[in-house]
Amino acid sequence: MSTILKVEGLSKTYQSGSKSLQVLHDISFSIQAGESLAIVGPSGSGKTTLLGLAAGLDQSDEGVVEIDQIKLNNLNEDDRAQVRNELVGFIFQNFQLIPTLSAIENVMVPLELRGDESAKNVATHLLEQVGLADRADHYPSQLSGGEQQRVAIARAFSNEPKILFADEPTGNLDEETGQKIEDLLFTLNKEKGTALVLVTHDTELAQKTDQVIHLKGGKMVESSLKASIAS
Amino acid sequence: MDSKISVKSNNYSRSWLFKMAWRDSRRSRSKLFLFTTSIAIGIAALVAINSFKRNLDEEIQLQAKTLLGADLEIYSKKPFTREQYSLLDSLGDERSSQTRFGSMVYFPRTDGTRLVQVRGISGFYPYYGKIETEPHWAAGDLTNGPYALVDEKLMLQFNVELGDEVRIGNLSLEIRGKLKNVPGQSGISTSIAPVVYISEGNAFASGLIKKGSRVTFSKFYKYPIESMADDVIATYGDRIKELELGKETVEERKKDTSEAFANMSIFLNLAAFIALLLGSIGVAGAVHIYLKEKNQSVAILRCLGVKSKQAFYIYLIQVLFMGLIGSLIGTGLGLALQYYLPKLLGEILPFSFEAKIFGAVIIEGVFLGLIIAVLFALLPLIRLGKISPLQSIRAAFEANESKISRASIIIFTTLVLFLVGFAYIQIGEWKQSLMFVGGLAVTFGLLILLAKGLMSVARRISSKTSSFLVKQGIANLHRPNNQSTILLLTIGICAVLISTLLFSRYILVEQITLTGANERPNMVLFDIQTHQKEELKTLVIDYDLPVVQDVPIVTIRLKEINGINKKAAEKDSTLEIPNWLFNREYRVTFRDSLVNSETLAEGKWQSKVESPDDSIFVSVSEGFAEGRKWKIGDELLFNVQGALIKTYIGSFRKVDWRRVQTNFLIVFPTGVLEQAPQFHVLVTKVDQSDISARFQQAVVRLFPNVSIIDLELIIKTVEEVLNKVSFAINFMAGFSVLTGLIVLAGSVVLSKTQRVQESVLLRTIGARSYQIFWITFLEYLALGAIASIAGLLLAHTFSYLLAEFVFENDFLFSIYHTVFIFFAVTFGTVTIGLFNIRPVLKKSPLEILRKEI
Repeated sequence: MSTILKVEGLSKTYQSGSKSLQVLHDISFSIQAGESLAIVGPSGSGKTTLLGLAAGLDQSDEGVVEIDQIKLNNLNEDDRAQVRNELVGFIFQNFQLIPTLSAIENVMVPLELRGDESAKNVATHLLEQVGLADRADHYPSQLSGGEQQRVAIARAFSNEPKILFADEPTGNLDEETGQKIEDLLFTLNKEKGTALVLVTHDTELAQKTDQVIHLKGGKMVESSLKASIAS
Repeated sequence: MDSKISVKSNNYSRSWLFKMAWRDSRRSRSKLFLFTTSIAIGIAALVAINSFKRNLDEEIQLQAKTLLGADLEIYSKKPFTREQYSLLDSLGDERSSQTRFGSMVYFPRTDGTRLVQVRGISGFYPYYGKIETEPHWAAGDLTNGPYALVDEKLMLQFNVELGDEVRIGNLSLEIRGKLKNVPGQSGISTSIAPVVYISEGNAFASGLIKKGSRVTFSKFYKYPIESMADDVIATYGDRIKELELGKETVEERKKDTSEAFANMSIFLNLAAFIALLLGSIGVAGAVHIYLKEKNQSVAILRCLGVKSKQAFYIYLIQVLFMGLIGSLIGTGLGLALQYYLPKLLGEILPFSFEAKIFGAVIIEGVFLGLIIAVLFALLPLIRLGKISPLQSIRAAFEANESKISRASIIIFTTLVLFLVGFAYIQIGEWKQSLMFVGGLAVTFGLLILLAKGLMSVARRISSKTSSFLVKQGIANLHRPNNQSTILLLTIGICAVLISTLLFSRYILVEQITLTGANERPNMVLFDIQTHQKEELKTLVIDYDLPVVQDVPIVTIRLKEINGINKKAAEKDSTLEIPNWLFNREYRVTFRDSLVNSETLAEGKWQSKVESPDDSIFVSVSEGFAEGRKWKIGDELLFNVQGALIKTYIGSFRKVDWRRVQTNFLIVFPTGVLEQAPQFHVLVTKVDQSDISARFQQAVVRLFPNVSIIDLELIIKTVEEVLNKVSFAINFMAGFSVLTGLIVLAGSVVLSKTQRVQESVLLRTIGARSYQIFWITFLEYLALGAIASIAGLLLAHTFSYLLAEFVFENDFLFSIYHTVFIFFAVTFGTVTIGLFNIRPVLKKSPLEILRKEI
């Protein structure tokens, strides 16, 4: 199995006026194709920042991030955008669908960006897979939270990413809907062989992943396999 | 780079950008509508005015020869001397004469009398254009007998017909034709002084051309090639001047005609510029707020792999498309409007014309609309390209925007250059253009400072206020994501521009409005010889009429100013003493006190010269003296019909020229001019029209040389025309005001999302309708009131500068307009603000939140 994501010695400091705040200290981990990893920790521990840096949404101050052996540190913002389009999928806590696009158009965007002419067919198939074929032309404001998150999952898998980043994917959903979304996420993850990195407060959800990273105050306090979480 | 994929590959097609732009705009088109409307109305005003100006310029070019009727006119206010005749003979062979004077005419059949312009012509004048008559051959028949051509409207007014008799002085003539159109004459001038054409022989036979009569003698020349007129002037110019003759070429008439419209043209340009500027501000404001709402969408797109340039292009396409639609609508609207403008201004134009469509104006309209749309949208657009994808997972994350990028500097510089360039194209003078754009920059800077100050004060006050509603209302002004700066800027600039335009309009319209309408006298009798004066006064009293004024008038010429005569002034151009000061005749009066249209501005009024050895101190109109840079104590040597009289400037008078009465540039004290040859003007007031008619008939019968101006008739005509001019000015100003209001409404409406979300949250946690109402009311009241006060202060400053340096008029403060604008802008802002939160007060929070996402 090949390494899809490699993070080494990652640090990040934000400037807030004259003060500087270090939010991540020397973080290292890696994940193989098809594996899943959960980042857990209390609020303000740096989970989302780590996810953002690992996905190439921002630049680290120190350390290396490699996605599918591409060093993101060497790339400018537009090149990182290209990497995200080719290799990465995202799922957000608040769904982040584009409000002015219909469900199917939201799913089509990553494919269209790549010039994929079968964008509509792929998007329709994905919406069928997430059970929303009949809501394809609805706008986000016309969908429930669970439905919006299912559209977001369909969009995340549309470009057949090698790695999927999910930020509290069930955080805004009720237990039953959240459970369905989790199942869908892991099913597609297995089916498509995509690596999965998720940020969560939910220990039950974290238990389902192959690897768990505990953050506290921006430092990695523990890295363990799922057996250790259970214990 | 150890990469498996080429990050440089770029498979997306350009059509995808268009598709995305289209998709993204679908749910926001009502917001983009304001953007389009701003451009459309601004461009409509510009196209209408520019098209009208172009039509007017072209018509002046085309009809320039018709305006003069010949290639060259040489004229004199006195009968030509033998010496002058020999020069006139050498200026060209193809020539005609015209002898022009004002006189009363009398229609015996209907007992009507009226002051007219009598034109006695000989030869084939006019060479260009045609005296249009009914029947069409009447003009050609004029010299064949005792005939007259009488203005059509005059015939209608006095109910006379072809074949009727008309009396002019000693002459009794037959009305041979109805004058339908006189070349080079505007509707307004023929309404005030209608034209009667007779042959030149009859003009001399009328007995009205005597020494002291105000007559203009002209010779008109036609040359095989137009440029020959210039050659003649080049050769004989000095001699013409030497013999004290006046001249006018086609070019000079063209210039005079264009200059006659100068102030109105400046105002129309100003209105067009302001309309377009307001449109531009509308574009900038609309795009700024529209794109701010797109930040999240852009962040998501960036997460999905959209590059910054692609995000930029998606919204640039939207801007371009809406700009194109706005420009096309605006150009179409402007072209439709331009057909209306000549009708609106027809009376004051010296010719009628049908508006034509110019391809260049269409291209200019569409092109300018597009440039404005893009230029004013570029700053918020490039900010859009800098949105970090991180914003999709951290809503509060904002890229470091404090650094001013090179692109922003370039765009800003281009914007300033565009504004200066455009102002120059519209106004035609660098100084005024720079003043205008400089004024805008100052306005911009001051409003931003005001916004910062307001937020700082709001921050301090809100924490100290105990009332929840006041605290929330004030806090809205400084909280994160507040709209204070953008709203103060747009509302403030709108208030400045609208107010400046309205104040300028007020200054211009007031300038041309007649004052003292009720108490004014309504009949002026002039050209009264000294020996006729007492007899005529008796006639006035016999008819039970008052002698409101009895004014002696002496015709004099200026010989020297502070010892400098015409020749010395000509030699030394640094003295800046124009020739015409010595060439013109001054009609002056003498009296011992000021009249009600005058106030003493400077110096001391001398009422009487007691002894012939005393110095004579004259009083000069303040405006005239200012223009000549004359000072109190300056020496003026006058030629009073042969006798030289040395005087000094003793005082300056402020004269209200808009009053209908005799007003003078120069007034002498009593004891100087009493014995000089003079004529008199009597002013009276007649209230009943039948007495007026009978009195006028008696005057014409007994004193054929005396002319009567029936002011009632003229004032009515002038007021009609002035109302039309005012309407035209109001119409164009109204256009700019409309644009301003749309921009104002647009900026407030576009700030809706932010306020609605906050209000819904307040509603969700239990705020009642009246509480949300008052919080919103206070926020928009503060914004509207402060923006309008700032706008009004700046507008008064700009109007003063415009009045002083552009319109060359006195600045007038209008309390009515000031109060009106303050309340209108404040009320408008508050009303639109409250209208925005209407759904919050009426519907459930959830319903609104879902809709507003």
